[in-house]
Amino acid sequence: MRKDSNFFVLVGTIGLFVCINIFLMASGKLPFSFDGFGVILGAGLTLAIYSFLYKDNPAFKIAENLYVGVSLGYTIIITWFNFLKPDLYDPLIVPMFSKAATKAPQYALIFPSLLGVFMFLRFSRKLSWLSRWTFAFVVGLGAGVSIPRVISAFILEQIKPSLHPVFSGGETLFSSVNTLLIMLGVISVLIYFIFSVEHKGAIGKISKIGIWFLMISFGASFGYTVMGRLSLLIGRIQFLLRDWLGVLQ
Amino acid sequence: MERFLRIDRRIIFASITVAVIVSLVLQFELPIPASEPVQEIYEEIESLPKGSRVMIAFDYDPASKEELQPMAVAFLHHCFSRDLKVIGMTHYPGAPGLAEQAMTSVANQYQKKYGEDYVFLGYKPGSASLIINMGENLYSAFPKDFYGNDTTTLPALQDVDSLREINFLFDLAAGTTIETWIAFGKEKYKFDMGAGCTAVMGPDMYPFLQSKQLTGLLGGLKGAAEYEALIKKKANAVSGMRPQSVVHVIIIIFVIFGNIVYFTTRRTRHA
Repeated sequence: MRKDSNFFVLVGTIGLFVCINIFLMASGKLPFSFDGFGVILGAGLTLAIYSFLYKDNPAFKIAENLYVGVSLGYTIIITWFNFLKPDLYDPLIVPMFSKAATKAPQYALIFPSLLGVFMFLRFSRKLSWLSRWTFAFVVGLGAGVSIPRVISAFILEQIKPSLHPVFSGGETLFSSVNTLLIMLGVISVLIYFIFSVEHKGAIGKISKIGIWFLMISFGASFGYTVMGRLSLLIGRIQFLLRDWLGVLQ
Repeated sequence: MERFLRIDRRIIFASITVAVIVSLVLQFELPIPASEPVQEIYEEIESLPKGSRVMIAFDYDPASKEELQPMAVAFLHHCFSRDLKVIGMTHYPGAPGLAEQAMTSVANQYQKKYGEDYVFLGYKPGSASLIINMGENLYSAFPKDFYGNDTTTLPALQDVDSLREINFLFDLAAGTTIETWIAFGKEKYKFDMGAGCTAVMGPDMYPFLQSKQLTGLLGGLKGAAEYEALIKKKANAVSGMRPQSVVHVIIIIFVIFGNIVYFTTRRTRHA
């Protein structure tokens, strides 16, 4: 399509969108209020984002940039009111500088706040070395807290069901087959990832079984991904048909 | 035949869109049997005595709203109908608006009072550090709730000094928070935990069911629909299952058709 005709398609679509909204408001299907305009804005942005499926266009770019800007602005405001104000500004800054404050300043907060400020010194050539103190603190604390918990939760606890006996009495045939499959899957996939031994003979055959297990798991993941993406589409179309056009009840 | 291999992908997009719209507009019922992981969460909530404390972590933002918000609403319906005390919080800065909307709208339907029957603690960064802080002292992690109230004065939080006093935790996750809750919360402070996640994350969560680190799991819109059907509050998720099923059939047909065309043209080229 030529550039001129692209322009007319865009203008025509926007014109059609405006006409539909005028009709919806005039017929009372959408209230003439902030709520009504909110729904129109939501519908417009949804259509603008999905217009990318047809072709990249200015409406998509506007919606995309608006999304990035609004989410960042929202995050800053929420972080200030939910975190920085109640946890730092109110207990430390306000009592330090306000005579009306009833509580003493929590001076212990100065240390973590300074460490936080040091992070930003990465931008200064002269003072960037101070940011290493913060990183050292974060890495040290992170490793100390995470390593034992991760080993316990993701390795030891995960090994337990893999070592479950196939027949321990009382379980159904189905659960025994399940346990056997898990055992076969774990062993064959682990063998597939041993690259220091050539995959020939018995090792080669077992690693091929491992590939099959991996392929099935990739297929399951892809199936779930398709389902997830479709759910997002269904949700937006439900919004357009119900909240905007009023077609669905 | 070869022209089918060069089919304009916009035709596929259009057919999927039409299929979704038609199956949403046409009203027909499809059976939605509850899978075992969903049933487990339902049974867990049913087994809790009145007044038990359930914490919901709304760890998602508007990008995952279509999958996780119906789950949140259905789970809240179940909790409030069973007279459980609900404590909400989030690790995501984009979640407070969605969480507040879900909690307030469902609580109003059951005449539940804020502060007495439910509390929303709001957003805090920190992830693992925040969970550890909550596990040691909930009031120190959240001195104020989302509305600026002193958390020590809220009746719903009485006798809840830390995560140890929580009877059940339900994490609605769009990221890696389920793993974080398991490693730094559930394993350390010993509370029962279930989760709801986006469909994309679903397969990665099944090992935690196998190891009993999760009581149950709601995966994607399907999990939400199953839960809605269990509590007999059919809403967005259940109506979303019609287009989901129809579109899945169309995609399967496309995949089979694509493969037939591919192998037929390959054989023709080699001949």
